[in-house]
Amino acid sequence: MLVLITYDVNTETAEGRKRLRAVAKQCVNYGQRVQNSVFECVMDAAKCREVQHKLELLIDPKTDSLRFYYLGNNYKNKVEHIGAKQSFDVEGVLLV
Amino acid sequence: MRQLLNTLYVTSPNSYLSLDGENVVVLCEEKEKIRVPLHNLESIIAFGYTGASPALMGECAENNIALTFLTQNGRFLARVTGETKGNVILRKAQFRIAESEAQSAKIAKNFIIGKIYNARGVIERAVRDHELRLDISKLKQASQFLMQSINLVSKCSNLDQLRGFEGEAASTYFSVFDELILQQKNDFYFKGRNKRPPLDNVNAMLSFVYTLLAHDTAAAAEAVGLDAYVGFMHRDRPGRISLALDIMEELRAICADRFVLSLINKKQVDACGFFQKENGAVIMNDDTRRIILSAWKKRKQQQLTHPFLEETIEWGLVPYVQAMLLARFIRGDLDEYPPFLWK
Repeated sequence: MLVLITYDVNTETAEGRKRLRAVAKQCVNYGQRVQNSVFECVMDAAKCREVQHKLELLIDPKTDSLRFYYLGNNYKNKVEHIGAKQSFDVEGVLLV
Repeated sequence: MRQLLNTLYVTSPNSYLSLDGENVVVLCEEKEKIRVPLHNLESIIAFGYTGASPALMGECAENNIALTFLTQNGRFLARVTGETKGNVILRKAQFRIAESEAQSAKIAKNFIIGKIYNARGVIERAVRDHELRLDISKLKQASQFLMQSINLVSKCSNLDQLRGFEGEAASTYFSVFDELILQQKNDFYFKGRNKRPPLDNVNAMLSFVYTLLAHDTAAAAEAVGLDAYVGFMHRDRPGRISLALDIMEELRAICADRFVLSLINKKQVDACGFFQKENGAVIMNDDTRRIILSAWKKRKQQQLTHPFLEETIEWGLVPYVQAMLLARFIRGDLDEYPPFLWK
C-alpha cells in the first residue's frame, strides 16, 4: 500500500534542526521524497509500523508532528501531480 | 503467498550502484539517476560493466535480493551470493539425491514431463487459436509425437535415456517453432536453436530471455534454501546453476518462448532493433532490450491460477512456487515433485 508521510519539525533550536535532519534521513530510507517534507512510501503494514516506531523515537512530541496518510493499494487514481519534480512509480518498470 | 516485488534493471553501462541508508542509488557520472528503497525490490539486474559497492552487495545478500551482472547483450557474468543460509538439512538431502543416479532420475523425470507437456501446450494453443493460418497437420504431428514422449518418459527411470527423450522432444518442438511466428516472417525466422553467439533475431531474443528466467529461478531456489548449483538432470559443473536450469526446463516454453513469440506477433519488436556483427552474432540495440525488459516485467505481473496449489499468483512467482514444491519433496513432505503443467 502507499503511505504518505509528512512531518513538521520545529527548527527554532539547534536540537530541532538536528531532529529534522534525522527524521528526513529515516524517511528517505523507506520512500521517495516527493516534496521537501513529504514522502511516498510503498510498503506493507509491518514495514509501516517499523517506520512509525523509528520516527516516533526521533521527534519531540511537544513541538513536532508527524502525519501518516494511508492511501491503500489502489493509490494510483488517488494521486495527481502537477508541475516540476516528476516522481517515478516504484511498482512500475524500473529501468535506468 | 509471498509478495512479488519489483526488479530494477540498470542498462546504462557507465553507472554505479551504491547503497545509501536503505536505498539503492544508481549514479551516472556522479549524478543520481534513481533512488529506490530496497524493501521494494526483489532483484537487481545490471547490464554492461556496471559497478556496485560492496556495501550494496552485502545488503542485497542479507535481504535476499538477487543481484546479477550480465554483459550488455544479456550474457551471464556474475551473481552475488551471500553467506549460505537456510536449512543445512534440506541442502544435505538435496546433495544425497543428486549423488544417486536413480533418485535424480526420479526428479529429472518430472522436470522433463513438465517441459514436454508445456511445449506441447504451446503448440496446441497455436492450433486452437490460428487454425486457418497454420500448417495444422505438421503441428498436430509434432504434438502427437510429444504426447508419445510423455508416455515414454513417465515409464523411464534411466537418467541417460531420459536425456535422450528430452533431446528428441526438444528438437521436435523446435522443428515446428518457426510455424508459430505469424508476423514479420522475413525478419523473424527460426531454423534451429543456436547460441553463444545467437545467429538470428529469434535466437538472440530467446537467449536473452532465458538468461532473465535463469536469474529468476536461481534466486527462487536460493530463497527456499536449496543450493542452486547442485542439479539433478544437469550434472555438476563449476559455476553452473544446475538446479536453476533444472527448474527452468519446464518453464522455458511457457514463460520464455511464448513471451518471445508474442513480442514478435504483436509487432512489439522489429528488425531495426537488431544488427549483425562480422562473426554472424546478432545483437539487439538498447531500445529493443528496453522493450523486452519492460514487457517481461509486465508479463511477470500477470496473474494465473497455479495448477497444483490452485491459488492465484503472479507469473513472476511461478519459479518461486516450483522451487518451494521441490524443497517440500526433498524434505519428504510431498511424495513426488509436481511439475508446473500449464493449462
